[in-house]
Amino acid sequence: MKHWLLVLLFLVSTLGFAIDDHQLADPEQQKAYELIISELRCLVCQNQTIADSNAELAADLRRQVYEMLQQGKSKDEIVLFMTDRYGDFVLYNPPLKTKTALLWLGPIAFLLTGLIMISWIIRRKKKTEPTIIDKDKQEKIRHLLGDGDQS
Amino acid sequence: MLKYIIPLILFIVLAVFLAVGLKLKPSEIPSPLLNKPAPAFSAPKLTAPNEKLSPADLKGKVWLFNVWASWCVSCREEHPVLNKFAKQQAVIIVGLNYKDDPEAAKNWLASLGNPYNDSVMDADGRIGIDWGVYGVPETFVIDKKGVVRYKHTGPVTGEDLQNKLLPLIAKLQAES
Repeated sequence: MKHWLLVLLFLVSTLGFAIDDHQLADPEQQKAYELIISELRCLVCQNQTIADSNAELAADLRRQVYEMLQQGKSKDEIVLFMTDRYGDFVLYNPPLKTKTALLWLGPIAFLLTGLIMISWIIRRKKKTEPTIIDKDKQEKIRHLLGDGDQS
Repeated sequence: MLKYIIPLILFIVLAVFLAVGLKLKPSEIPSPLLNKPAPAFSAPKLTAPNEKLSPADLKGKVWLFNVWASWCVSCREEHPVLNKFAKQQAVIIVGLNYKDDPEAAKNWLASLGNPYNDSVMDADGRIGIDWGVYGVPETFVIDKKGVVRYKHTGPVTGEDLQNKLLPLIAKLQAES
């Protein structure tokens, strides 16, 4: 019982979210708010979104998003506002640019290299012909194994 | 031969990537503000809340914009460096007292010394957002035209001052 309680506690602890009291009257806007804050990185605790983080900066940025939505700003305008100040790093999904090309294309390059290497290895394996052991040799092997197994 | 060279090349590539990765500081995010006009604000001065200061007032001068707070531990580490630097009077130093209690901030300056020509208050952190502040202390260098030319995240050390800030300031002072 105690163990299960512990497990339960650990499960709960992984569901991180910040204390947030911003509530927009329009459900569409509320949805947009939740989406935007889940796509912006908290720059203090870099592996959390501003939706997850309780850092002061995250709270300030949530307030900023909330206020801009109330002013009728679109998601693109809010994202531009953030990248103008904090750079692409603030986005969890950075745009494809020359600077981020390695980030986006790197995994594909690795996958291709892997596939090429696998096909290369398979092809090479096929080329090596199996060595045929004739009856004489087989007899010899059996003899050697039988005799040699005394040590 | 190829059998040995390929793993060697792969190893070298990996080693180079890891070596570079070790030297990168993930906490230092390049500022998109570099070489852009300093974000405008008009904020009350810490010592005289009725007076306001804005970057436009400093046009034609090279100035340092240092984000600080009395609650910020690293600022304490940086403070003696700034005090010493202020004595040289090489440049105007403006402080942004970020999300701080004005009384605590004034006490802080009274007990540790005040390197700032002026400090302005950013009680709710809005100026900080406009300047892309995410880790106090941060230091910006703004040129005579009001363009942000340099950003330093984290405490400025004497070494940073000698090697980066002072040469840059000398260069900017020489610009018209």
